[in-house]
Amino acid sequence: MIRSHVLVCGGTGCTSSGSEQIIKLLESEIEKQGLTQEVKVVRTGCFGLCALGPIMIIYPEGAFYSMVKNEDIPEIVSEHLLKGRIVKRLLYHETVEGENIRSLDNTPFYKKQLRIALRNCGVINPEDIDEYIARDGYLALGKVLTEFTPAQVIDTMKRSGLRGRGGAGFPTGLKWEFASKNAADQKYVCCNADEGDPGAFMDRSVLEGDPHAVLEAMAIAGYAIGADQGYIYVRAEYPIAIKRLAIAINQAHEYGLLGKNIFETGYNFDIELRLGAGAFVCGEETALMTSIEGHRGEPRPRPPFPAVKGLFGKPTILNNVETFVNVPQIILKGAEWFSSIGNEKSKGTKVFALGGKINHTGLVEIPMGTTLREIIEEIGGGIPNGKKFKAAQTGGPSGGCIPYSLIDIPIDYDNLISIGSMMGSGGLIVMDEDNCMVDMAKFFLEFTVDESCGKCTPCRIGTRRLYEMLEKIASGNGELEDLDKIEELSKYIKANSLCGLGQTAPNPVLSMMHHFREEYLAHVVDKKCPAGVCKNLLTFIIDENKCVGCTLCARNCPVNAIAGSVKKPHVIDKAKCIKCGVCLQKCKFGAVLKK
Amino acid sequence: MKNLAELAEIRDRMKNKVNIRETNGDNIRVLVGMATCGIAAGARPVLNALVEEVNKRSLSNVTITQTGCIGICQYEPVVEIIEPGKDKTTYVNMTIEKALRVVSDHLANGRVVNEFTIGAAAK
Repeated sequence: MIRSHVLVCGGTGCTSSGSEQIIKLLESEIEKQGLTQEVKVVRTGCFGLCALGPIMIIYPEGAFYSMVKNEDIPEIVSEHLLKGRIVKRLLYHETVEGENIRSLDNTPFYKKQLRIALRNCGVINPEDIDEYIARDGYLALGKVLTEFTPAQVIDTMKRSGLRGRGGAGFPTGLKWEFASKNAADQKYVCCNADEGDPGAFMDRSVLEGDPHAVLEAMAIAGYAIGADQGYIYVRAEYPIAIKRLAIAINQAHEYGLLGKNIFETGYNFDIELRLGAGAFVCGEETALMTSIEGHRGEPRPRPPFPAVKGLFGKPTILNNVETFVNVPQIILKGAEWFSSIGNEKSKGTKVFALGGKINHTGLVEIPMGTTLREIIEEIGGGIPNGKKFKAAQTGGPSGGCIPYSLIDIPIDYDNLISIGSMMGSGGLIVMDEDNCMVDMAKFFLEFTVDESCGKCTPCRIGTRRLYEMLEKIASGNGELEDLDKIEELSKYIKANSLCGLGQTAPNPVLSMMHHFREEYLAHVVDKKCPAGVCKNLLTFIIDENKCVGCTLCARNCPVNAIAGSVKKPHVIDKAKCIKCGVCLQKCKFGAVLKK
Repeated sequence: MKNLAELAEIRDRMKNKVNIRETNGDNIRVLVGMATCGIAAGARPVLNALVEEVNKRSLSNVTITQTGCIGICQYEPVVEIIEPGKDKTTYVNMTIEKALRVVSDHLANGRVVNEFTIGAAAK
């Protein structure tokens, strides 16, 4: 009789930190101790606290073990599983309160989270359809097919206020309504699982941790608009997600939850996977559909919109993974429940992937309207190494930055647009005082230039020119008029590009130039990089008061640019210096300065 | 799967197996002493019997877990029952049969089995 469950995170993050090996060791150790009939090991999806992986939670006690190593397993099995003595030193320190374990829900990381899209991640085994069903899986589909008309489903979605979680925030119910109203002999439901934003892994975690939720939602959407075929376009760089989706589709077929005559209602719906080949532009809806059709992923002009003429020329809806995963809950708990979360124009929750200079890197799901300060200081655990928060980038290469001065902004679709950013898919990159806002703009633009499909001139040529201007500034050759040129060119690119990639590519540089103008001026006028990043604008010098003449820097300099004899202060030859920073790294006396 | 009834059947069968993964502070906690003294005295069969019986009766408000040395080694196997807002009950010299009785009387029906408690044993 199973009396204890050991949940081990099997998301990509923890898997790459060795959670598969941990599971194997656990199972063999449990067998050695004769506990196989009593303890169940479950591989789940992502818990969200990726910074502390590999993660293991043991129930019924709810002990949250973090950074578990192979060597810890024998102790966990013999002390905790056999004798009931929790291994305190492995506990996530925020859950330890004197002699007791604080519930995970009360730790700063989880306290303000509301896990709706992520409700099953970290709880169920994503490769077991029965566990999904145990937590009300496929109940929403059953309800919809037996109690709702398609119009009622659409009405529920409209009243819930759900907006697209892929970034643009278009009202989902409205999108479905457009598609349902266009008569055709064939319609399609597509799921955008391309997730191209660098640093974003919300959709990946959902696909790896709760794939059935996506399948169920797509079937509900198909019923609402009158489609019988769905495609999930998932990027090939997500092998675990692909594997779990394939298993889930097979299991759903076996149970008759996908295919013909679902729940004996005569409704047919099937889903196929299509793999992306690594192009960021294929996350754009028309480029995605063009790719499924077998062509090179390039966007098309709109109108006609996909709801009228989409995949293979038929009415199609395309929704993001996170948008879909909210649907079964909205059906089961009602539109009023969903619209009671968040604020007036942005309902529900949003999943964010916290990355960059933040202590609790990982996945969080919070109600709309939570402030950036709460995310960074409370949930995120603050900036590491005592550094100061400078800005946070939302929306990745399509978004803008939120500077420290706006840290109390409630995060929602419209607030972010009003300050020159956007919600985006949910990647939140935190930057501190050591990040340069010229360098960061260059970083994002380098990405979009590379990913531009080349079909339209404003994006193909315009983004490259923008990038060249930024390179000019970062290398110390910038002129004041370059800043005006960047603004003018950016406005042109935004207004005239064929698709969202080009239309949003200038956002990072526009936003960073706006909020950090002094920093840009410093690069252009003073030829200095205040954050100490842009190499060409830096000078490495040795403070002769601190230098003890140990010669370590001189011996390690790759270009022999440092002169000096033993026990005498050393000097760097500026002409030879390539600014690699090795001397700064090696000096034990803090005598090398970067200015 | 033919219809919603079959779906409900799977859900009911699996629900108890999965809800152990939610920590609930309001549950009745059953602690089985599983230190060396407890294990040596035969606490594991008692633990397993408790788990099986609670599951058979679908008592979803009960959490069974082990604990370390309670300190009354001569009375092992020991089972403590902690109900929110009530005094702790300590059952001693437990066996499988006694465990089943505790589940049916105390956990399912709220009646402490006095003759199994430490108070009765100490006399």
